[in-house]
Amino acid sequence: MKKELRVTVNGQEHRRAVEPRMTLADLLREELDLTGTHVGCEHGVCGACTVLLDGEPVRSCLMLAVQAEGRRITTIEGLAPGEGLHPIQEAFWAKHGLQCGFCTPGIIMSVSAFLRERPAPSPEEIREMLAGHLCRCTGYHFIVEAIEAAARALAPDPHRQ
Amino acid sequence: MKPAPFDYVAPVTLDDAVGALAAGGGDTKVLAGGQSLIPMLALRLARPTLLVDINRVAGLDGIREASGMLEVGALVRQRQLETWAAGRSPLFAHVLRHVAHPPIRNRGTVVGNVVHADPASELPALLLALEGVVVTRGPRGERMIPADRFYRAPLTTALAADEVATAVRFTLPPPSTGWGFAEISRRHGDFALVGAVALLARAVDGTVASARLAFFGVGGTPVCAAAATLSLEGSAATPERLASAARAAAATLSPDGDIHATAAYRRRVAATLGERTLTAALARCGGRS
Repeated sequence: MKKELRVTVNGQEHRRAVEPRMTLADLLREELDLTGTHVGCEHGVCGACTVLLDGEPVRSCLMLAVQAEGRRITTIEGLAPGEGLHPIQEAFWAKHGLQCGFCTPGIIMSVSAFLRERPAPSPEEIREMLAGHLCRCTGYHFIVEAIEAAARALAPDPHRQ
Repeated sequence: MKPAPFDYVAPVTLDDAVGALAAGGGDTKVLAGGQSLIPMLALRLARPTLLVDINRVAGLDGIREASGMLEVGALVRQRQLETWAAGRSPLFAHVLRHVAHPPIRNRGTVVGNVVHADPASELPALLLALEGVVVTRGPRGERMIPADRFYRAPLTTALAADEVATAVRFTLPPPSTGWGFAEISRRHGDFALVGAVALLARAVDGTVASARLAFFGVGGTPVCAAAATLSLEGSAATPERLASAARAAAATLSPDGDIHATAAYRRRVAATLGERTLTAALARCGGRS
């Protein structure tokens, strides 16, 4: 039996009737056409489907859509405040932090929350965070560099008042 | 959609949740954080006919510290306890950092992890080391199940099908007690091949007043090596004695071999981690001049 659902995604409210077994990842992709959230393993290992739930990163494949009732979701499509790229996306582009791009949206959503908590992370901290994301192109070195560049870009400029 | 179809209810009181479980029959599952249950649904290893989502039940989201006990409610996320532990309990902060990854810990609950009973998981071994209790509620009322009687086999516990685990209680060691934690895994956040957690307290004369050593990833359930650590009590904590207690503890284990590691390797690693964690616990011991 379908359940009524009301959820805010990237600032826009949506209402849908969904089966309880539908995951949040499937809701985003199939019902809301937000295909930037990628679905890899569908059991929580690969991290490609990571989105923000009320600002905190979660696996959208490990949450039922009905559990998002009344919650606020941010996907890769909603990360940049306006047109153009978010500074983290800019950094990934500039530092070749993506190859095929499959893992990228999930990593970037995780990084957005990670840099909020740790504005100047060490390479070890970055690698520990990245352990939750699989890149099968194995381009991890460039991803670490991209995250370091993103941290620098987001840091308040010490030379400016 | 990967999971098989199921019905879904989201009660707002504990009584309604217990009632829904009883009415649903044996094929009903409780959904809290979902970080273990939803993968099992996706792989169809679990095919419940009804999910009772307890996320809207009031009163289950508290962390309470009182009279040497730490009570963690069924809706407390692992990340929430990790944040609570920062600056309060280095042991809890350290162990929780090894449970999966932040996006999983943001949803996964402490109680769900304890009750899921994966034998390679950290928190069940911590509960065992800290002589914890699982608090349950069912049609016959409340039960307190001690950790050493809770775990029966992989993913199998003393929790009845019509019961909800409402909280876990850890006995907090006195601040002077030292602790050690170590695990071997292929990647940070993976399930451990083998792991150990140790606690050690010294008496005023420097001898070992009490010691506990629990292992995970070494068989069907977490294991507390009581006999081996008992042998330490009352004697001086020399490096040789700690190593020999760890070896004796590892000798009692019967780990399984699989594609990740042989049983013999796991036993050897358990002896090494037992020694490392007991040594770390000794180094962190306070309460002596």
